[in-house]
Amino acid sequence: MKPREISVTVNAKHYRSEVPPRLTLLDYLREVLGLTGTHAGCEHGVCGACSVIFDGQPIRSCLMFAIQADGHEVETVEGLAGADGGLSPLQDAFWEAHALQCGYCTPGMLMASHALLRANPDPTEDEIKEAIGGNLCRCTGYQQIVEAVRLAAKRMREADPEAGPEGNKDRVDE
Amino acid sequence: MKAAAFDYIRAGDLAEVCRALDDGGPDCKIIAGGQTLVPMMAMRLARPSILIDINAVGELQGIGGDETSLVIKACTRQAAAERSPEVRAKAPLLAKALRFVGHPQTRNRGTVGGSIANADPVAEIPLVALTLDAGLVAESAGGARNIGISGFFHGLMETSLAADECLTEVRFPVWNGGGIVGTGFREVSIRAGDFAIVAAAVQLALDENGVCKRAAVALGGVAPTPLRIEATAEALLSSDLDAKTVGEAARLAAHEIDPVADVHASAEYRRRTARVMVERAILEARDEALGRVAKP
Ligand code: FES
Ligand code: FES
Repeated sequence: MKPREISVTVNAKHYRSEVPPRLTLLDYLREVLGLTGTHAGCEHGVCGACSVIFDGQPIRSCLMFAIQADGHEVETVEGLAGADGGLSPLQDAFWEAHALQCGYCTPGMLMASHALLRANPDPTEDEIKEAIGGNLCRCTGYQQIVEAVRLAAKRMREADPEAGPEGNKDRVDE
Repeated sequence: MKAAAFDYIRAGDLAEVCRALDDGGPDCKIIAGGQTLVPMMAMRLARPSILIDINAVGELQGIGGDETSLVIKACTRQAAAERSPEVRAKAPLLAKALRFVGHPQTRNRGTVGGSIANADPVAEIPLVALTLDAGLVAESAGGARNIGISGFFHGLMETSLAADECLTEVRFPVWNGGGIVGTGFREVSIRAGDFAIVAAAVQLALDENGVCKRAAVALGGVAPTPLRIEATAEALLSSDLDAKTVGEAARLAAHEIDPVADVHASAEYRRRTARVMVERAILEARDEALGRVAKP
């Protein structure tokens, strides 16, 4: 089928591309845009490695076609780091708590937990487990990932006690 | 794991969906959340020639209704239904079951109508729709059609929807004919969020003395479609749901079904699990209702 033009915003950058309808959003991010931070695991919606944030909500990018993202907004792991390239508080907590070994699941885990912390700055352990329950990790045994999310949540609350749900989003820092 | 090539239509309204279905022939397929269809396309179990995307159709999104029914438009996200106070108030059984549907990432895309139209035998939303005797509405170029849920599921992922029809809404009746309503939902799966091996859904209405006035019981994972278990529901009526009555009623459920073995579980495991899940779901529903009676 002939390629179609789409325009998508990824990590606040606008892209215009020609895509065949069968190209998944996952393959579009990796192969067309070169954003290989998002990982391809099972490619049929089982492992969560491909998790990205679509219009503000975490989803599996292998279960969407790029053409469906036309006119929409996507956030990937490349968008987490600060402007200086430094790790985000969540990424830093993953590093500190040893929440990764091989790193294959990590971008998906980060995006799922990033979406959680944005909606809920003080999640319980069960809420964290629910948020990452669709993401498989074959290395860590999950405990350190849960700990890392708790650590990040605590540090982010301490750094910004005012932040409520979605609180950081529209904040203007002096 | 790449889908075969297809042509793509993003429909802007329902009329366009119906027209595209009419023109598209038997190989065209509607895509809503894609959480069932896209894996099937990746595995080449489905090879539609045209995909009609209904995600931009405003008429197919939203939650409404009145005192007698909760109406959920077919393309409403499962996550939206899960968060909706209206769903919790009018169809508490659905609200409970939605937490068992996949994972947050899949509920953010997956839709209420999509789950029913795909009719996976272990899916939670079709099970609840059957338990509550939901009404469905489908539309085609020929007009709208009401479909009762009892004749809707034909077999493994097969329904009475015609190839040119689009499911447009699901109507869950509200139990407001008196009595205190309690709900129970139980399932066994290998990991949380995985497909259920067996799932049981129960809704009860008790009078102020705790006597059961109305009961609906259904099971998933024990047949190619979800199944209502009338014998169990009838055995509960007029009882005060003591442990013995509930245990007997659940045993009846195990007799009513004829599950088959598959890679996940033997037939016998399913039968025994069905009994236990039904029993626990009834007790959960009873205790929830009794908790409400006790409240001043
Ligand atoms: S690659 Fe998308 S869920 Fe596994
Ligand atoms: S760190 Fe290896 S899969 Fe999670």
